[in-house]
Amino acid sequence: MAETVANNHLTYVSPTRQRVMGVVFLGIGVVLWFLFARDVAPDALTTYRLTPGGSAQELPNWVFPTLPMLNFLIIFSIGLGAYQLVRGFGKRTNLVLGLVTAFFIFGFLSWATSGGSLNLAGLFRSALVKAVPLTIGALSGVLCERSGVVNIAIEGMMLTGAFVGAFVGSVTNLWIGLFAAVLSGGVLAAVLAVLSIKYKSDQIIAGTVINIFATGITSFLSAKFLQKYQYLNDPGRFPTIKIPVLADIPFVGPILFQHNMFVYALYFFLIALTVGLYYTRWGLRTRSVGEHPKAADTLGINVYRTRYISVILGGFMAGFGGAYFTLGSVGRFDEVMTAGRGFIGLAAMIFGNWNPIGSFGAGLLFGFFDALSAKVAILKVPIPSEIMLMFPYLATMIALAGVVGRGQMPAADGQPYEKE
Amino acid sequence: MSNSDKAQEKKKFAGVFLDEISKSPLTVTILAIFSGLVLGGLLVAVTSEDVYAAVRVSFGETLRVAWDAAWRTYKALFIGSVGDPARIMAAFQSGDAEAIRRAVNPFFESLVQSTPYIFAGLAVALGFRVGLFNIGAEGQLFIGATTTVVVALFLKGLPAIIHVPLALLAGFIGGGFWGFIPGWLKAKTGGHEVINTIMMNYIAFRLSEFLLRGPLKNPEGYSPITAEIQDSAKLWRFFESPIRFHIGFFIALFCAYLVYLLLFKTTWGFTLRTVGSNPHAARYAGMNIVKSTVVAMFLSGGLAGLAGANEVLGVNHNLAVAFSSGYGFDSIALALLGKSHPLGVVLAAILFGFLRNGAIQMQLTAGIPIDIISVLQAAILAFIAAPAIIRTIYRLKEPEMDLDTITLRGWGGN
Amino acid sequence: MAVDSSNHENVIAMRGIVKRFPGVLANDHVDFTLRRGEIHALLGENGAGKSTLMNVLAGLYRPDGGVVFVNGKPVSFRSPRDAIDAGIGMIHQHFMLVPSQTVTENILLGLDKPRFRMRLAEYDSIIADLGERFGMHVDPRAHVWQLSVGEQQRVEILKMLYRGAEVLIMDEPTAVLAPQEIDGLFETLRAMTAKGKSIIFISHKLGEVTAIADRVTVLRRGKVTAPGFEIGNTTRQELAQLMVGREVVFHLDRKEQPPGDVVLSVEDVHCLNDKGLPALRGVSLNVRAGEIVGLAGVAGNGQRELAQVISGLRKPTQGKVVLNGVEINNLSVRKRIRRGLGYIPEDRTHVGTAPNLSVTDNVIMKKYRRPPIARGWMVDMTAATEFAEKLKEGYDIIVPTVETPVRLLSGGNLQRVILAREISGEPKFLLAMQPTRGLDVGAIEGVHRLLLAQREAGAAILLVSEELEELLALSDRVYVIYEGEIMGEVTDDDLDVIGQMMTGTPLAEIQKTGAA
Repeated sequence: MAETVANNHLTYVSPTRQRVMGVVFLGIGVVLWFLFARDVAPDALTTYRLTPGGSAQELPNWVFPTLPMLNFLIIFSIGLGAYQLVRGFGKRTNLVLGLVTAFFIFGFLSWATSGGSLNLAGLFRSALVKAVPLTIGALSGVLCERSGVVNIAIEGMMLTGAFVGAFVGSVTNLWIGLFAAVLSGGVLAAVLAVLSIKYKSDQIIAGTVINIFATGITSFLSAKFLQKYQYLNDPGRFPTIKIPVLADIPFVGPILFQHNMFVYALYFFLIALTVGLYYTRWGLRTRSVGEHPKAADTLGINVYRTRYISVILGGFMAGFGGAYFTLGSVGRFDEVMTAGRGFIGLAAMIFGNWNPIGSFGAGLLFGFFDALSAKVAILKVPIPSEIMLMFPYLATMIALAGVVGRGQMPAADGQPYEKE
Repeated sequence: MSNSDKAQEKKKFAGVFLDEISKSPLTVTILAIFSGLVLGGLLVAVTSEDVYAAVRVSFGETLRVAWDAAWRTYKALFIGSVGDPARIMAAFQSGDAEAIRRAVNPFFESLVQSTPYIFAGLAVALGFRVGLFNIGAEGQLFIGATTTVVVALFLKGLPAIIHVPLALLAGFIGGGFWGFIPGWLKAKTGGHEVINTIMMNYIAFRLSEFLLRGPLKNPEGYSPITAEIQDSAKLWRFFESPIRFHIGFFIALFCAYLVYLLLFKTTWGFTLRTVGSNPHAARYAGMNIVKSTVVAMFLSGGLAGLAGANEVLGVNHNLAVAFSSGYGFDSIALALLGKSHPLGVVLAAILFGFLRNGAIQMQLTAGIPIDIISVLQAAILAFIAAPAIIRTIYRLKEPEMDLDTITLRGWGGN
Repeated sequence: MAVDSSNHENVIAMRGIVKRFPGVLANDHVDFTLRRGEIHALLGENGAGKSTLMNVLAGLYRPDGGVVFVNGKPVSFRSPRDAIDAGIGMIHQHFMLVPSQTVTENILLGLDKPRFRMRLAEYDSIIADLGERFGMHVDPRAHVWQLSVGEQQRVEILKMLYRGAEVLIMDEPTAVLAPQEIDGLFETLRAMTAKGKSIIFISHKLGEVTAIADRVTVLRRGKVTAPGFEIGNTTRQELAQLMVGREVVFHLDRKEQPPGDVVLSVEDVHCLNDKGLPALRGVSLNVRAGEIVGLAGVAGNGQRELAQVISGLRKPTQGKVVLNGVEINNLSVRKRIRRGLGYIPEDRTHVGTAPNLSVTDNVIMKKYRRPPIARGWMVDMTAATEFAEKLKEGYDIIVPTVETPVRLLSGGNLQRVILAREISGEPKFLLAMQPTRGLDVGAIEGVHRLLLAQREAGAAILLVSEELEELLALSDRVYVIYEGEIMGEVTDDDLDVIGQMMTGTPLAEIQKTGAA
C-alpha cells in the first residue's frame, strides 16, 4: 500500500542522481570495508540475542562469524552500486538506498558486537517505543501540512498535552487525562488555525508563538502547582497489554505486540490516516486544499473550514502524542520534558515525504538511532552518544537538500489562502 | 457662531489627530505590549491561591484580591528591573558606595540582560530584512559561545586589548559558520532555512553537550562546565561588585548602528533588501542571490554568535550546558516587535531585558515563576503577528497601507 | 425593472450588475443575456470587466447591485458551488486543476458522491464514457501534470459537464492553445451546443469571436457598448471600434531606416526548462542596431527560456549568445547589464519589480553600484531621489511620491517604472517580453512609442509578444518559434505563413508546397 501511495508523484530519476546514488552505494561498500572489515579478527563471532528483556519466550541466540558476514554485505553493496551506475534502478532507487543503508547499519552493529553480544530484539523494541512520540508528532504535521498549514508548533502542542495529561490524569483518571491532553492540543491548534487562517499571520511566526507560550505556561503552572503539590503530578501510566496470539509470534511478537495502548493507537492512526488521506473523499478534499486551494474553492469546497478541521485534528494528534510522555512513558510531568521531540517529529514528517507511512519509517529510523545511542556505552564503540543523537537532524538536512530525491511537499503549504 | 466654528474646528483637529494615532503602527505595538501585560496580570490572578480563597468570601473580595495579586506582581517586576526608588534615595543619602551600588544594581542588571537580546534580535531582524527566517539564533549563540570560550580559555598571555576582540571575533565566526550552513543549503539546494536552522539548533546543543562533557570540561570539576576564562578576555566592567554592567552593552549598540548603516546606507544593504523583497527581481537586476543569502545568514549567525560570546566574556566567564535559556527564541519575538529595524530591536531588547531581570526578582519576592515572561512574550508576539486582533479590541482604524509587513519567502524554498 | 419580452428563451439574464473594487468600478450596470444553445462571445479589452461579470455569474464574486436570472428565476449565488448547482460552470483562464491528482480525482473533487470511499476504478469508466459522448478523449487515470494544455482544458470541460452544467463560461480559452488545438476546441464547443448546452466565450481576440460566436456583447470600461447582437457580417474593424471606442490604429509611424551592425546574435542555443526537459532546440537569430525584431509564437514554445538565456538567468546547454561581437555565455547578469543589455520581463510584479520597495529603489535597481548613485560603499539617496524624480517626470509615472512602494501602482504605471529604468540605462540591446500585456489602450500606445523611439535612437530590440497584430505593426522582421525551434523568418506581414509556422510547419516546407 505504501508503494502506491508514495508514487503518486513524479518519479523522474535524473542522470546525475543515478550517478550520485551509484557512487553512494559503492561508497557504503567501501566504508564498510575500510572502517569495519579491516578491523575484525578473522575468527571473531557476533552474537545477537533475539528475545527482549522480560519476555517469557526464549529464542536461541543468533551467532555468526563477523568477517564473512561483513564481506557479504560489502560485496552486495558494491554489486548494487555497480548496477546502479551501469543500468540504474530507476523508480526503485530509493528502495535500494534503504536496503544499502540497512546493510550499513547492520554491518556497523555486527562489527561493534563482534566478540560480544547484543540484544537485537531489545534494540528494535526500544526503537519502536522511541519512535512512538516522533511518529505521532509527524502525523500531526502530516494532517496540518496536507491541508496547507505549516505546523512548527508540534513541540508546543505535545508539551502542553504532556502537562495537561499529567495534571488532569492525576486529578481524575488516566482516560480523562488522555482526553484532556488531546483536547488541549486541539485548543492550541485552534489558536494556530485562527492566527494563520483567519488573520493570515505568517504561519511560522504563529507556530513560534505557540511554542513560546506552551513552554512558558507549562513551566509556570508546573512550578506553581505540580512541584508544590506532588499528588497533582502522579497520574500513573497506561498498562502494557499483551495482544493474545500475536504477541506469541517468535521475535516479532514481543517487539510489536507487547506494549501499552499508545503503540497500538499508533498502528491504528497509521492505517486510518493512510486510508483516510488517499482513499476517501475527505482525503481528496484535504489534499486538494493543500495543493491548489483555489481549485478546491471553485468547486465549492470550503478551504477555510477544511484547513480548520485538519489543523485541529493535527492538534488532537499532537496532544495525544504529548500524553504519551506523561501517561505512557514517564508517569509524571517535568518541565520542557518533550526536549525537542516535536521538532524531530517535524523532521520525520519531512523525511517521510509528508505521508503517514513514510513518517513512520523515518520515526523508526530516528528512534533506532536514539535507542542505539543508549547502547553505545555497552558496545564500547568510540562514538559518543551525543554524536549519535545528531543523526536525525543531519539526516533531515540531507534529505531536504535533495540528495535522496526532492521531497514532495504540498504545493500550497504555508501559503495563506486569500479569497477574492 | 465663530465660537462654535472654532469648537468644531478643534473637534475636527482632535478627530484627525486621533485618526492618525489610530492608524499608526506604533500604536499597535504599544497596545500589544499593554495587552500582553494585562493578560499576564490575569494569569497571575487566575493562578493565585489567595484569589480562590477569596471566591468563598464575595465577588468584590475576589476582584480586590485578584487586583492585589496582579499589582504585587508587577510592583515586584518593576522594583526588580529598575530598582526600589526609596532604597535608592536612602542609599544616596547615606553616601555609602556599596549601598548605592546595591540599590541601583537592578537597573544595570536589566541592561546586562538586554545585551544578548540586542545581539540576537539584530540577528533575526537582519534575516527578516533579507527574507530569511533565522529560527536558529539559539544554536548559533551556543556555537558562538563555544568558539569564544575556546579562544578565551586556551590562549594565554595576550593583552586584553587583543584578547577581547579576538574572543569576540571567534564568537562571531563560530555563530556565523552555523548560520552559513543553512544559508548555503538554502541558496544552493532550496532546503528551507526554517527547518535547517531548527535542525542546526539541536545539532549545536548536542555538540556543546559533547564538548562540555569531554574536551572542554574543567578538568578539576565534575559538572559539565568549563574552567574560568583568562582575565585578559573578560569584558571590562564599569563598576565594582555586585554591578555586572559591562562594555558589551555598548558593543551591542554599536553593532545595531552598524547593521543600520549596512542595511539602509550601503550598496550591499540595498542588494540584501532587494533580495529580501523579491529574489526574482533581484536576480533579474543582476544581483547575486546565492551570495546575498549566504552572506546574510553568515552575518545573522555571527550576530547571534556575539550574543553567546557576550554572555561568556561579560557575564558568566565560563560556559555551561544549556546556559542560554531561550535568548535565541525570544529574539524572534523582539525582532518582530522592533519591526526588524535596528533601533526598534534595541528598544524591544531593552524592554525584554527589563522584563526578564524583573521576573527573576518577582520569582523571589512574589513567588511568581519566571516562566510567566514567556507567556507575556507569546501574547505580545501573537498580537504583533496579527495586528487585526489589536485593531478589533481597541477599535482602531485600518491603515491605508501597511508598510511594515514582514514578507518571508515561501516554505518551498524559492 | 425592464423585463425582456424574450425572457423565456434566455438561460441566463443578468440585469444591472454593479461590482466595485477598491478604487475601480469594474461593472457599471451591466445587462447580459444568454440564449439556450448559443455561443455568446463576451468581448472587451483587458480590464473591461468581462472576467468580473462572469465571476459574478459563476458565484465567485457577489455583485454590489443587480440581479441574475437563471431560467427566468432570480438567483443569488453565495459560492461557486451554488452556481454549479444551478448548472453554471466556469472554466478559468488558469486551470483549476490539482496537478498531483488524477483526472478522475480532479473531476470528483468537491462532489458529494462518492460519499466516503473513493472507488476510483468505477468512476474512471464513467468519466471515460462521458468524454466519449462529447468527443473528448482523456485518460481518466492520468495525472494532470502529465497532460498537455489542451488535454487539461478538456478535463476542465469534463469537470463541468460531469456536474451537469448547462451553461459553460470559458475565460479566454484560446490564450494557451496552439492553432490546431483551437480548432479542436471549437469543434468540441459546437458539439456541446448541438446537445443543447449554452456557452459564454470570453475573448479579446476579434478573429476568434467572428469565427465561433453566434452573438456578441461588447464591454468597455465596465459598461456595455453593444448588447448581445447577432454577429452576422459585422466586420472586425467595427467590433474593434466597439471594444476600444475609436478607430484602432494598427499602423504605427515606423520610419524607414537602414539597420546597422548586428548587436545580438544567438547561435544554435539549446537549453532545458524547469522540469529538465528540452525547451530550446537549436535557436539561432540576430538583431541589428536600429531595428525591432519580433518573435512570434504561441505561449510556452520556448520564448521565456530564450529570454532567460539571453539575459543570463538560465544557462544554455549548447550554443552561444553574442552581444556586440563578444560571447556573453559565461557572463553574469550584472555584467550583461553593464554591457548594455536591457530587459523588460513579462512578469512585472514577480520579476520586474520588488513590490515592497519604493519607486526610487526600483528605478536604481540596476545602477546603484555605480556613481553617481553609489559613493564608494554608500548609496547616495539624494542622488537616487533626484534621479527617480527625473524619471517620474520624463515617463509620466503617476505616484504621490517616489517613496511610494511600487506594489500600490497600477499595471500601466508599473510598466512605466520598468521602461523608465530600462531605457534610462541606454541599452544597446533591449529585450521586451509581452510589454503591453494587460495594459489599457493609452498605456499600450505609450509603450509602442517608447519602443519606436529606442529603435530610432539606434537600439536593437527583440520584441516577444503573443499579440500578432502588435508584433507585425512594430517589427521590421519576424521570427516564428515553435517547440523551441525557429520555424523561419519573414519580413512581409503574411499572416497565413506566420500562422502555419506557429503550428509547426517550417518556412522552407511552406515555400516548397507553395512552389509545387
